[in-house]
Amino acid sequence: MNDWSILSITTFLPLVGVFFILLVRGDDPDAKTNIRRVALITTTFTFITSLFIWGGFTNENPGFQMVEKYNWFGDTFTYHMGVDGISMLFVILTTFLMPLCILASWESIQDRVKEYMIAFLVLETLMIGVFCALDLVLFYVFFEAGLIPMFLIIGVWGGPRRVYASYKFFLYTLLGSVLMLAAIMAMYWQAGTLDIPTLLNESEFPAQMQTWLWLAFFASFAVKMPMWPVHTWLPDAHVEAPTAGSVVLAAILLKMGGYGFLRFSLPMFPIASDMFAPFIFTLSIVAIIYTSLVALAQEDIKKLIAYSSVAHMGFVTMGIFSANAQGIEGAIFMMLAHGLISGALFLCVGVIYDRMHTRQISAYGGLVNNMPRYAVAFMIFTMANVGLPGTAGFVGEFLTMVGVFQVNTWVAFFAATGVILSAAYALFLYRRVVFGALEKESLKSMLDLNAREKLILAPLIILTIFFGFYPAAVLDVTSASVDALISNYNAALDASGLAHAAAAVSSH
Amino acid sequence: MTAELLAMPDLMPVLPEILLIIGAMVLLMVGAFGGEKSTPLVTGICVALLTVAGLILLVSPHYGETFNGAFVQDAFSQYLKVLVLIGSGFAIAMSVAYARSQNFDRFEYPILIVIATVGMMLMLSANDLISMYLGIELQSLALYVVAAINRDSVRSTEAGLKYFVLGALSSGMLLYGMSFIYGFTGHTDFAGIASALTEERASLGLVFGIVFMLAGIAFKISAVPFHMWTPDVYEGAPTPVTAFFAAAPKVAAFGMLIRVLVEPLGQVTTDWQQIVVFIAIASMGLGAFAAIGQRNIKRLMAYSSIGNMGYALVGLAAGTEAGIEGVIVFMTAYLAMTLGAFACILSMRRKEGMVEEISDLAGLSKTNLPMAVLLAVIMFSLTGLPPLFGFFGKFYVFIAAVEAGLVPLVVIGLVASVVAAYYYLRVIKVMFFDDATGEFLPMSGEMKIVLGLSSAVVGLFFIMPEPIMNAAANAASVLF
Repeated sequence: MNDWSILSITTFLPLVGVFFILLVRGDDPDAKTNIRRVALITTTFTFITSLFIWGGFTNENPGFQMVEKYNWFGDTFTYHMGVDGISMLFVILTTFLMPLCILASWESIQDRVKEYMIAFLVLETLMIGVFCALDLVLFYVFFEAGLIPMFLIIGVWGGPRRVYASYKFFLYTLLGSVLMLAAIMAMYWQAGTLDIPTLLNESEFPAQMQTWLWLAFFASFAVKMPMWPVHTWLPDAHVEAPTAGSVVLAAILLKMGGYGFLRFSLPMFPIASDMFAPFIFTLSIVAIIYTSLVALAQEDIKKLIAYSSVAHMGFVTMGIFSANAQGIEGAIFMMLAHGLISGALFLCVGVIYDRMHTRQISAYGGLVNNMPRYAVAFMIFTMANVGLPGTAGFVGEFLTMVGVFQVNTWVAFFAATGVILSAAYALFLYRRVVFGALEKESLKSMLDLNAREKLILAPLIILTIFFGFYPAAVLDVTSASVDALISNYNAALDASGLAHAAAAVSSH
Repeated sequence: MTAELLAMPDLMPVLPEILLIIGAMVLLMVGAFGGEKSTPLVTGICVALLTVAGLILLVSPHYGETFNGAFVQDAFSQYLKVLVLIGSGFAIAMSVAYARSQNFDRFEYPILIVIATVGMMLMLSANDLISMYLGIELQSLALYVVAAINRDSVRSTEAGLKYFVLGALSSGMLLYGMSFIYGFTGHTDFAGIASALTEERASLGLVFGIVFMLAGIAFKISAVPFHMWTPDVYEGAPTPVTAFFAAAPKVAAFGMLIRVLVEPLGQVTTDWQQIVVFIAIASMGLGAFAAIGQRNIKRLMAYSSIGNMGYALVGLAAGTEAGIEGVIVFMTAYLAMTLGAFACILSMRRKEGMVEEISDLAGLSKTNLPMAVLLAVIMFSLTGLPPLFGFFGKFYVFIAAVEAGLVPLVVIGLVASVVAAYYYLRVIKVMFFDDATGEFLPMSGEMKIVLGLSSAVVGLFFIMPEPIMNAAANAASVLF
């Protein structure tokens, strides 16, 4: 598989679509339809291509696969791509969700369709690149460049407070990222390379330096994740972004934070990670409990789901820094599941928003009467969001709590309260929107899901339930890489003379 | 010794300068006798002269010292001279459409730019305090006149006068500083000064000299605290003049600053490093915060260039080969971004005349999408977002400073760039998020070329970085 650069092809395939879209002339409905078709075909092809990555992936190999390496900027940094068990599924998640995003924007975006589709395709390239990059600067380039299309998507096609939201999103993320950039530069002079596999396997940073580097990377990923208390950009961005923008934001962009912790913070700065683990646990617990309570009080559907995302990301950070197999694999699983579920929830909101043009919870009620199919779909995703056994949401939550239980039972205890709270706000939302009497005049004429919307939601329903019953499909892919990560992590801690309480629990 | 002085100096290294200066003299005659109607001809020949000089430098550069070591041509001066020539040539080209529409037909304008360019090239090749001063003055006197060239406009005259008074003051400081350096080392030539400095630390008198000289040069690159003239002159001068001021003279003055600090004063790096660090922090900070409140896009660009000089100074503060290489890459990016931005500003023409407010750009993405996209690329690049050129410029400057142990400086610089992002984003916000208030007249051909070329360099640098990176590395290596 190596000789045909599958990763580069997948990464840059969307740009081919951009080229074709640029060739489309005119602003009439036909041209718009053509642009949408090109975007859909491109993203679908990208998804199919990306399946070859999964097909050619060897689960047992903990290292990087399908590696490509070319000279780029002399000896400072290279074009180095590759995937391992941690990153591969995020690539698939990205390519899987993009056609759905294009479909979700089919009718709701009528203004500047061309620019919109170009922004999404460029964003897809950049997101895939983040998960494939094996050079720190290449990673940073993809990571940071993603701000440009997202800024425009929120700002141009967003809601009434779009300018405020797009600025907040941009500046928060940029501030976090530049600190990471400073750390990347320091790592270059310390280790002499920015090659990620080399940094992972060979170099060890002095303990004092690790602390600073860890904090700098934390600044970036905590904002991206987002962790409490730097999460405040997320509800604003979600509320103002168009539906597909929210989907991408919740399902993929947030995962870059968790991916960053797994790829850099934990393996490259093990001593600092160990030192800061209680700090992360504290923030995670606050996020889980506090943002769940905040979610309960929301009047806006999207804001509620945004806060629930922050709470769920609390489970992810908690799982990652418990640094054992269950915790980390649970965190990865949780991120993938959350990508499907929160993406689907935003799509569900989009369905009714397209009809009513409001996101106020109080504007709805009794939709079960005239939109039964919608009620079922929304129900499934609500249950998955709560973490009902049998859905993908359960596995991740359970594994992360098992993982953290081995490290600190109190953390697990508080995290468990989050499960209850999430049931409270999710069911409360569902009751107010779907159940009750259909009293409001404006709602009575609302039609149930059309074919396009069914097409969007059906694959998400299937996967949510499939992964709920058969999580091994994901866990088999991740386990080898995660085991390698944990054994390196523990070895580094042992070498530094620190006894690690959870060293003995990586049985699988 | 006498025979050596009397012998004809080797003129080959000075060939481009000689060509330009003779050409300027001839054109002055042409203009004087031909009057205003010769302006298009003079303009065309001036661009051709600059192009030829650039080609000579690119194709067959003649390295070496001449005029008894007062003038040196090496890879460093070659690279930056090419940048200066590009900046000057594009500045003249960009003035054509403006001249046509604003009754700004003065044949002196392109000739003065050529003369200023010779001064800049002399600054870049100066290997002696005297020849350095000659270069500065040749450049500055031409620039003072150019700033006030629109003599019927009060603002332009004011800009020229302000620039002249402050510039004369700074030249005085520069000269005063040079006299200290001469007094405490006994030499004016760079090699002599370098050989006289054998100890780690400079004597107090020499430090005085360095401080005064740096103050004078800081004025030329408009670094804080000697930046006060910049926003007023940028705003008051005719826009093509501003476009010229923002590009080539900055590159030239910075190149000269690098050479004078690294070659003769390399021994006492620790003494000037702290001054450069201070100026860098002040420039980045002021450039970031003071621009936030600006409504006029020319003033915005003035503060932006102050901030950018701060970033370039970060690389100089490192004082290493990697740092100088970073500065050279950064200045290349700066030149491309500045030219592109001013091509857009010069295209902000309505039926009733030129407009300069940022709010006039409102809705540009609906009325002229290509221009909006390219200006957005340049603004994102000025913000320092990858994969655009501006990111790599900053990256190389900062990574060198990290190596030199200046981590706090780098963190301050990076945070300042986030603050600066706010006002660059505002330009993009106005163009893309706001509703159109009116259309601009179509862009003229020259503007399209300048904007297209510069944004191609800015946007596509990452695809093929090798030529520029190698040339910059080569240029930096000759100083060490």
